[in-house]
Amino acid sequence: MLSFLFRRLLATLPVLGVVAVLVFLMLRLTPGDPAAVLAGDQATTEQIAMIRANLGLDRSIPEQFVIWLGHLLQGDLGQSYYYKLPVTELIAQRLEPTLSLAVVTITLAVLIAVPLGVVAAWRFGGWLDRGVMAFSVMGFSVPVFVSAYLLIWLVSLKLGWLPVQGYKRLSEGLGPWLYHLTLPAITLSLIYIALIARVTRASVLETLGEDYIRTARAKGLPEVLVLRRHALANAAVPIITVIGIGVALLIGGVVVTESVYAIPGLGRLTVDAVLARDFPTVQGVILLFSFVYVLVNLLVDLSYVFFDPRIRY
Amino acid sequence: MKFARRTLVSAAVWAAAAAASVPAFAQNNVLRIVPHSNLAVLDPIWTTAYMSRNHGYMIYDTLFGTDENGKVKPQMVESWTESPDKRLWTFKLRKGLEFHDGKPVTGEDVIASLQRWGKRDAMGSALAQFVLRMDSPTPDTFRIFLGEANGFMIEALGKPSSSVPFIMPKRIADTDPFKQIEEHIGSGPYVFKRDEFKPGDKAVYTKFAKYVPRSEPPSGTTGGKRVYVDRVEWNLALRDAQAQVNALKKGEVDILEQLPFDFYEQVKADTSIQIPKYSNFGLQYMARFNHLHKPFDNPKVRQAVAAAFSQDAFLRAQVGVKELYKPCGSFFICGTPYGSTAGSDLQMKSNMKKAQDLVKASGYDGTPIVILKPTDLASIQKLPDVAAQLLRQAGFKVDLQAMDWQTLVGRRAKKDAPDKGGWHMFLTAWQAFDVWSPIANPTTDTRGEKSVWFGWASDDKLGEMRNQFMRATDDGVKKKLADQMHARMFEIGTHVNLGEFQQPMAATKNVSGFFVTNGNLYWNLKKN
Repeated sequence: MLSFLFRRLLATLPVLGVVAVLVFLMLRLTPGDPAAVLAGDQATTEQIAMIRANLGLDRSIPEQFVIWLGHLLQGDLGQSYYYKLPVTELIAQRLEPTLSLAVVTITLAVLIAVPLGVVAAWRFGGWLDRGVMAFSVMGFSVPVFVSAYLLIWLVSLKLGWLPVQGYKRLSEGLGPWLYHLTLPAITLSLIYIALIARVTRASVLETLGEDYIRTARAKGLPEVLVLRRHALANAAVPIITVIGIGVALLIGGVVVTESVYAIPGLGRLTVDAVLARDFPTVQGVILLFSFVYVLVNLLVDLSYVFFDPRIRY
Repeated sequence: MKFARRTLVSAAVWAAAAAASVPAFAQNNVLRIVPHSNLAVLDPIWTTAYMSRNHGYMIYDTLFGTDENGKVKPQMVESWTESPDKRLWTFKLRKGLEFHDGKPVTGEDVIASLQRWGKRDAMGSALAQFVLRMDSPTPDTFRIFLGEANGFMIEALGKPSSSVPFIMPKRIADTDPFKQIEEHIGSGPYVFKRDEFKPGDKAVYTKFAKYVPRSEPPSGTTGGKRVYVDRVEWNLALRDAQAQVNALKKGEVDILEQLPFDFYEQVKADTSIQIPKYSNFGLQYMARFNHLHKPFDNPKVRQAVAAAFSQDAFLRAQVGVKELYKPCGSFFICGTPYGSTAGSDLQMKSNMKKAQDLVKASGYDGTPIVILKPTDLASIQKLPDVAAQLLRQAGFKVDLQAMDWQTLVGRRAKKDAPDKGGWHMFLTAWQAFDVWSPIANPTTDTRGEKSVWFGWASDDKLGEMRNQFMRATDDGVKKKLADQMHARMFEIGTHVNLGEFQQPMAATKNVSGFFVTNGNLYWNLKKN
């Protein structure tokens, strides 16, 4: 197990290395000039050139890469061109909203989707199953911004229950935090509920056809126990996998939701940084996202051991 | 059953917690504003970005200001004298001026601030050419010695945009003008809360209790800057237009700095929202040529474009709300002190037939016109489509290239040929007070590749007129020179004026005290 963990952690290094090189090159080859963005609308070409030199953008690309890599190896992601703050500080500022949204969304999605999926599989072919599947298709099909605007119109503007926009930090209290996160989390969770419910249904449906389920029922076990202890437990691996992917996707930035609900998270930071050609920030957040993906995948792989004792590393 | 009870209890606790938190948000003395963009650079001298200028007006004060009609009036200055030969100017500062760190504003602070500004701003550097030296004989006095008299000293010191000669403490103003300042201390009506600033999220300003406002009523950037709220919060995260309007309707924000034209009628019909008048002059759309390359190195081709560009077509497509736009033949904004229309018949009394004739007569060689079109800037993104259509109708070939605004900003700085990554034309908008002065208007700088603004127009005659204007001290002479410059600009086709428009602002009805600022200024406002 430990050697597996070590090998997997070691394998993240080349992944991050490739991502670093690709992101660096892609940004440099993309049209647009950070100096022109910073200088403002009335800046002269000389002022822009001066800013470019100050940022070190007048150096050759290999030279810029070596400098950046040198700082990176010392744990320094550099300073944002746009905000003139260390990238690590910017990421730290934006991490909490994104993590909060991810946690609440995935919690909500799991709490609703897993029981829905199990029930749909249990009542396979019935109205409940069809209803869950219809909801699932709808969850996939309706774009996030559409469901967001509809929910805002209904819940915030018509009923006045929840705010239209904004984010309150946990340090300001659990109440305000939840109050502002609920609607964005519901909006985002619709897709994840659909995804997780479908995978749960398919997986549980498969296990319900197994011999040990028939045996459990023949033993006279209550149906709830059959479903929970035998069907769901054995169907857990694909469900955990899809939840893991969901967490990684959520942390990787939910730009539309963050924009519509004015949540200052990592997704919004990434878009702003790309638009402003803020190279250090884009490089920093993309590296972070890559690391999160690798880490979440590793955690998902490790979790298989607990859900399926047959798996050994 | 147990589960149901537990669920109900937890739901109730959650609801109670949420409900309990709601009153905390109802802060009557906090003005919540959604600015038109994100605030990134905090040094309003280092960048010309409007957001940085607006931030500057919150925390810094200016020596002079410009009122709602474009007249320059004293602000930090109490009185001033000029020698008979207009080469020595002596200014006395108002009593009680104090920086946010408690130190008094002195002449030395003013001199350092003007020196830094003079190295960055076009008008500042124009003024600096005349300045022999500056000194501060007493703490509340400063003097400017000129080598030669000029007619725009006060106009330059009171310029409202962009960059504004904001006054900073000497130790901050001594910062290299090409490096950003690290401290943000001014003597303006608000104190910037650096510790609460979260880029892309929010910027916070609190009332500066020791600010001494002038006694006159506020007008433009002049008059009493009275603050009636404790705190102003700029919501930098709320960028989506629909979400902005929703937040305003729900009362979660108090002011939308820029109400998109698409929402104008809807918001106007909402009885809980007001659309206050804050600008007499609004903004101006313009199309800028690249004078360095064919075919726009030929003034006759540029004139043909001017003849083809009916302002009404651009204004209808981009603004669409008739009460918000007006065609105007003046490069220097209609109704302002220099708002000439001399020479504008070429465009204002033209039609497509005439434009087609001019294209044929110009010797246009069929070079496709590369127009840069920003896809992500709703306020100007329709202009290039109209330009392309009108150019095609006039007989031009057009290559409309779509890109995001920041790509455009980088691309337009390139002097390369259009088929090698350069450009022929881009379209943009200016706030009126950026272009109403024949000196500050960047298109009057026609020093070719040395010009301060993209397009690099070249014309010695206009340059000479501009020099004469800078040196003229008589208002009548200045007006006459402005007329001549204006006619010459049409003659050589520096750019094309696409008309004027008002960018509406929206606010909840409980905010009062709006006045004509001709910009985005947030003093004198009360929240009930």
